[in-house]
Amino acid sequence: MGTFILKRLLHMIPILLGVSLLTFLLMSLTPGGYLQSLKQNPQISPETVEKLLAKFHLDQPWYVQYLHWLKNVATGDFGYSIQYKISATELIMARLWNTFLLSFFATVVAWCIAVPLGIWAAVNKDSLVDRACSLIAFVGLSIPEILLALLALMFAAATNWFPIGGAQGSLYDLMTPTERFWNRAHHLVLPVLVLAASSLAGIMRQMRSNLLDTLRADYVTAARAKGLSEGLVIYKHALRNAINPLLTIFGYSLAGLLSGAFIVENIMAWPGLGRLTIEAYTAKDSMLVVDSVVMATALLVVGNFVADVMLAWSDPRIRLKE
Amino acid sequence: MSEPATNLPLSPRQIFWRRLRARRAAMAGGVILGLLYLTALLAGFVAPYHYETDDRDRFFHPPILPKLDGLRLVVPRWEQKEGQFIYAAIASDTKPLRFLVKGDKYKLFALIPCQTHLFSTGEKTHPIYLLGTDQFGRCVFSRILYGSQISLSIGLLGITLSFTFGMLNGGISGYFGGHVDTVIMRVCELIMSIPSLYLILALRNTFPSNISSTQAYAMIIVILSFIGWASMARVVRGMALSLRERQFVLAARALGATPWRIITRHILPSTFSYVIVAATLSVPYYILGEVVLSYLAVGIQEPQASWGNMLTAAQNTEHLRSYPWLLAPGAAIFITVLAFNFLGDGLRDAADTKSQ
Repeated sequence: MGTFILKRLLHMIPILLGVSLLTFLLMSLTPGGYLQSLKQNPQISPETVEKLLAKFHLDQPWYVQYLHWLKNVATGDFGYSIQYKISATELIMARLWNTFLLSFFATVVAWCIAVPLGIWAAVNKDSLVDRACSLIAFVGLSIPEILLALLALMFAAATNWFPIGGAQGSLYDLMTPTERFWNRAHHLVLPVLVLAASSLAGIMRQMRSNLLDTLRADYVTAARAKGLSEGLVIYKHALRNAINPLLTIFGYSLAGLLSGAFIVENIMAWPGLGRLTIEAYTAKDSMLVVDSVVMATALLVVGNFVADVMLAWSDPRIRLKE
Repeated sequence: MSEPATNLPLSPRQIFWRRLRARRAAMAGGVILGLLYLTALLAGFVAPYHYETDDRDRFFHPPILPKLDGLRLVVPRWEQKEGQFIYAAIASDTKPLRFLVKGDKYKLFALIPCQTHLFSTGEKTHPIYLLGTDQFGRCVFSRILYGSQISLSIGLLGITLSFTFGMLNGGISGYFGGHVDTVIMRVCELIMSIPSLYLILALRNTFPSNISSTQAYAMIIVILSFIGWASMARVVRGMALSLRERQFVLAARALGATPWRIITRHILPSTFSYVIVAATLSVPYYILGEVVLSYLAVGIQEPQASWGNMLTAAQNTEHLRSYPWLLAPGAAIFITVLAFNFLGDGLRDAADTKSQ
């Protein structure tokens, strides 16, 4: 298990290097160049431009800039945000945390609903419940997150039960820690539900078909033949084997989850990485665009790593093969 | 014994058709898509107004539906309350809804100048706004139809471009193996390890921010295809790896066929049934890509109509609550994606010869 984890960790390094190189290359293709747009932006003082120039060697070719960027990032320094006039490290870490919170809770909610529903649908195959579930799954797979998020906003505005967008109330700074916690939680509910709803359908369908496959297996027939109760057959024998492929799905679904979070953040004003990327793009802060793309990728790569480790932990065939 | 050929075994294509026709959801999806593409093709004719026509007396007008009066459909006149965007129908003052009437100028198939519209009242005082109007008093229904030209064609063009590229790369990668394979697969892995919307934005950053709608249209297709080919290439590579050992490929090689010919004529056609299903199921990704970019105001620009930039008007919660018909493009997206998923699912089941 130890060597497996180590191998997977080492595997992350070339991906992150490649992605940062690719995004840097793309940034250097920005029309007019980053330095040019910095100089033309009236909001940026010449001193700031000097500071950035000294730090990232913006007058050098892009690969030299990349090496300097890499050196700084390796020491945990993402530079300086022109738009927010604070350290980019602080900014990115705060946004990364928000995106993580949103995606994490959405995943938890989606799985806690989808797995039992999938089991229920599979056990009662072709019943009314099953049909209803598969119809809901189809609708859920087809409804775009953008529409779902707008409907959620409409709901919030109509009922006043939830705040309309944002991550914290306007009086957040004056609150006690407990109030702050509940305020944040209250703001988190709708975005989490929207994001969870969009990934729920896929997981449910997968759970249902996995369980149906294992229920047809010989060892299930054998368990039934020796007179085990139906509950024991399903939960002890079939379910345990049906869960494994789901962990693979978990790894695959993370990319979609982050893209979904990108949309939800932008519509529901959740200050995460996706919103930061758009803001940085609009402010022509290319360096910040690169930083957020790399951080989003890092989040995805780490997520995939966790999924791999979970899969290896539950399936000895995988950890022994490596 | 001239028994008709009932005992002849069915060709794979016939089996496929039979199985597909047996799936009602898939057929319904196909019919809906056919209708959507037909109306998109004839958008100027079906839409009662041009996408740029603004009615300055009727901002945020609610949907106007024709009423049945005897044997005719009539449209009432609506009056605005002073100072507010609230309108009331005047039941006594109606004009008949007429078919094939002259109205705004447009170009049929972007070529033939034309003025005839499928239906309208032909009166400025009695407009017909089936899905209401937006913040500039433009007909939402007409704009959805014009927008469908962009959304629906981006899906098809994007798929064609990225799947051609993906299949060729996958075929080359699987057939040759070795270093070529390693390089192509690493590039795929790199592209797929970036969350797609972030990559889309990083790519958007390389284009000028103020570009015309035509340029934006081409740009969106290029960006989405740049990302979309990778997953296709990976699967086709896997198939090519096993196909290149098959006898018909070995035979072609023994006969001296060039690698290009073997890949395009022997290996890739064997992957078609998978590719067609995958293509149908990935069209929504391209449609949604355009929607997100245009919604965030970095794609198709106003006044050109697209489903994405029409939704931008619904961004304002106040508008959203008072004028819910602004969400109509969202419903159009939903129906289209649902139809593609139904059709794709049916195609997959019909092409899967293992299960009966």
